[in-house]
Amino acid sequence: MDFVCNFPFFCIVLCLATGVISSVLKPKVAKVVSVTLVSVCLVCSFCVLLYTVETGEAFTYMMGHFPAPFGNEIRAGVLEGVMATFFSVIMLLAILGGEKYIKIDVEEPKQNLVFVLINLLLSSLLALVYTNDLFTAYVFVEINTIAAGGLIMIRSNGHCVLASMKYMIMSLLGSGLLLIGITLQYDLTGHLLMSNIKDSIAVLAANGEYTVPLTVIIGLMSVGIAIKSALFPFHAWLADAYGYSTASSAAILSSLVSKAYIFLLIKIMYRVIGTEVFWDSKITNVFFILGVAGMLFGSFSAIKEHDMRRMIAFSSVAQIGYIYMGLGFGTELGMVAAVFHILSHAATKSMLFVACRGLSEVSGNKKDFSDLKGSGFRNKPAGVAFSVGAFSMVGVPLFAGFISKLYLTSAALETMSVKMAVAVIVLAISTILNALYFIRAVISIYTPRNEHYRDASFRPGKTFCVGMVCFIVINFVLGLASFPIINAIEQGLHMFS
Amino acid sequence: MKPRSDYELSLWRRLVRFVDGETLADVERRAEENRVSDALSQKKVDVEAETLFEQQEKEDRDDRKRRLEMEHQKEAEELLEKYKNWPKEHGVKIFGRLYAIMAVLLCAVIITTLLVTVSYLPEYGSPDNPNNNEVVEKYNKEGLQDTGAVNNVAGMILDYRAFDTLGESHVLFVAAVCVMILLRLELTKDGKPTDTKRAEEENDRLYEPKNDKILQLSAKILVPVIIMYGIYVVLNGHLSPGGGFSGGAIIGAGLILYVNAFGFEKAKRIMNRKNYAVISVVPLLFYALAKGYSFFTGANHLESGIPKGTPGNILSAGLILPLNICVGIVVACTMYHFYTLFRKGGM
Repeated sequence: MDFVCNFPFFCIVLCLATGVISSVLKPKVAKVVSVTLVSVCLVCSFCVLLYTVETGEAFTYMMGHFPAPFGNEIRAGVLEGVMATFFSVIMLLAILGGEKYIKIDVEEPKQNLVFVLINLLLSSLLALVYTNDLFTAYVFVEINTIAAGGLIMIRSNGHCVLASMKYMIMSLLGSGLLLIGITLQYDLTGHLLMSNIKDSIAVLAANGEYTVPLTVIIGLMSVGIAIKSALFPFHAWLADAYGYSTASSAAILSSLVSKAYIFLLIKIMYRVIGTEVFWDSKITNVFFILGVAGMLFGSFSAIKEHDMRRMIAFSSVAQIGYIYMGLGFGTELGMVAAVFHILSHAATKSMLFVACRGLSEVSGNKKDFSDLKGSGFRNKPAGVAFSVGAFSMVGVPLFAGFISKLYLTSAALETMSVKMAVAVIVLAISTILNALYFIRAVISIYTPRNEHYRDASFRPGKTFCVGMVCFIVINFVLGLASFPIINAIEQGLHMFS
Repeated sequence: MKPRSDYELSLWRRLVRFVDGETLADVERRAEENRVSDALSQKKVDVEAETLFEQQEKEDRDDRKRRLEMEHQKEAEELLEKYKNWPKEHGVKIFGRLYAIMAVLLCAVIITTLLVTVSYLPEYGSPDNPNNNEVVEKYNKEGLQDTGAVNNVAGMILDYRAFDTLGESHVLFVAAVCVMILLRLELTKDGKPTDTKRAEEENDRLYEPKNDKILQLSAKILVPVIIMYGIYVVLNGHLSPGGGFSGGAIIGAGLILYVNAFGFEKAKRIMNRKNYAVISVVPLLFYALAKGYSFFTGANHLESGIPKGTPGNILSAGLILPLNICVGIVVACTMYHFYTLFRKGGM
């Protein structure tokens, strides 16, 4: 076994340990530790990605002295490598970009706790990506949920406490359903290791045994994860949670936490239930309908908003709808499109949240459209980044959003059924709706008004600029050089099954 | 007043006519003219009266109309008001009722689905159930030999599936951090309590039993026993039922009883902020490092060099005993810390 195979395990344990240490460090030191940790994870994950691409196959890693069904196990393939690298990059940029606002928004004695939560959250994200054991996944889902709730609450005002309360109620309901699903499947298969469960379920499905419980299990797990990732009718917690928390939290929650759950769902589809059984259960049709509904209703809610942060939050509902629509096609191409949209949306949405905070900083810390007018001139990097993000969301060519919409459309055309017509029409309508509110936002930030907010001494922070530039570069990389990434995703999904 | 009918023929009128140079015919013509003009003027008066009457009539009508319109408008406004208030007065009620009905229905559907599902599951306790497989067999048969722990559960959670337990103890930690974010009242920079903190402590004194003899005496007897028992459960985790989680909970309960009987001033000698930071961080770090080492050696097929000892001895079962102690300390601290946070915002 090569030394690289240790890296996923190193990252997870290191994140847990630094999370604990950060609770007794001073905020400044904790920040440095956290940034270093995320960078280390980034490098390690990238090494894992390169290693798996080179060897062309996934490897499993025994957590302890006992081989797989007896002990725990983690597994890394190309897709896991892509996801872990990507999550680390976004996490790093979200910390760098929002670091200044953590200082403003969070009370001083609690600032180090932000980094405790961030480190533990990263550990849970990586564990969710790498795990090969359903119960380990559940344990880290718990850490993820509580840490995310803490990140909302860390900005101690009434809005955030209420938002985190809503988040916890909905999210714990989702966790509960997932746990019931896991327990029921253990009763049928007697395993918690993903590959063993898949074998047993394949046998059960072939013999036609336990069809009712199997359907219920698939439903419970899917609904649980759908609640946690804010699919359309379960999105009530989302706008407050993303709209009022501090910029880094909003960026991390929208682009990493919800995406990690969707990745877990994909993992369950491929590695636990098996794609054939999953697609036969017709739950994909439910995903498709809810996804399509989310694309429309999320955009409608976004159009009605006067608060830019909440507008971006509601746009997330629409974008999660895109991902679930991709999953709902029930085809390989649909999955590739959905995974690519996870990446492109994560990169774009975190940039928008951080940029929006940068814009509101030069508008008297307000977030209404009327106050943000002209802010693009007052904070130039934030304005540019916001425009890039908006264009990407609308799906203008050259940007990341265009590629994912292209792949979603081609996946739709490939299905050749009612879904095709619905998907293509709704994609068109939703693109127009997206343009309606995002172009309005861009026009409004570049309308020269509100000169009284202009402060000649204002300089955007260095880390903020670095973060924004990197975000823009990632967006263009996803938009212009999508081919290798799509290839890697295809290869990774292939390795999954 | 009307003149007499033969007035024109009277002597005086004849004299007057003579002086004026008029004839009787002239007078009659004038009288005729007068009559006509009188009639005309009478008619005019009549017409005027009529128009006035009509005008009044019209005004009356207009007035009535206006009044009617106003009434209509008022009614409409009232209706609008009613509609506006409808959601507040009735809408909420109806929505609430509908919501309750739907919630009950949804719950009933979910409960039925789950019950039906359970009826399809393999029979409980049957020997040929799918979950009686090689994993359980190995745990039961080779557990003692593999882990060195007499208590199979401890062997499972702290050796076979130690990664899950590592995550689980960090769940406790992250929960404690979140409660701290929500409830902890901060000290000022030089370590003195702020006004809110002082007010909270003042408030807390009201409820603190001041030297309650019965409580103190029973606590004096009970607390050492409880804490000793907790330590026993933790230390014997690998030999008998129990372990870090249950033993830690017992110790935590003992600490809470102590603080209730003797107050925070005395409890502060052991459990203050500084000590809490150390005794919550060090065990978790040790846990992560020890398990990290064990995972690393296991995965790379290296000899870990941790002796398993003789099963049944107190010093046996490799890492399980130290890990149980770590988990016990973390659980006890977390429980005590939660209590102080909820009571007065921190130690």
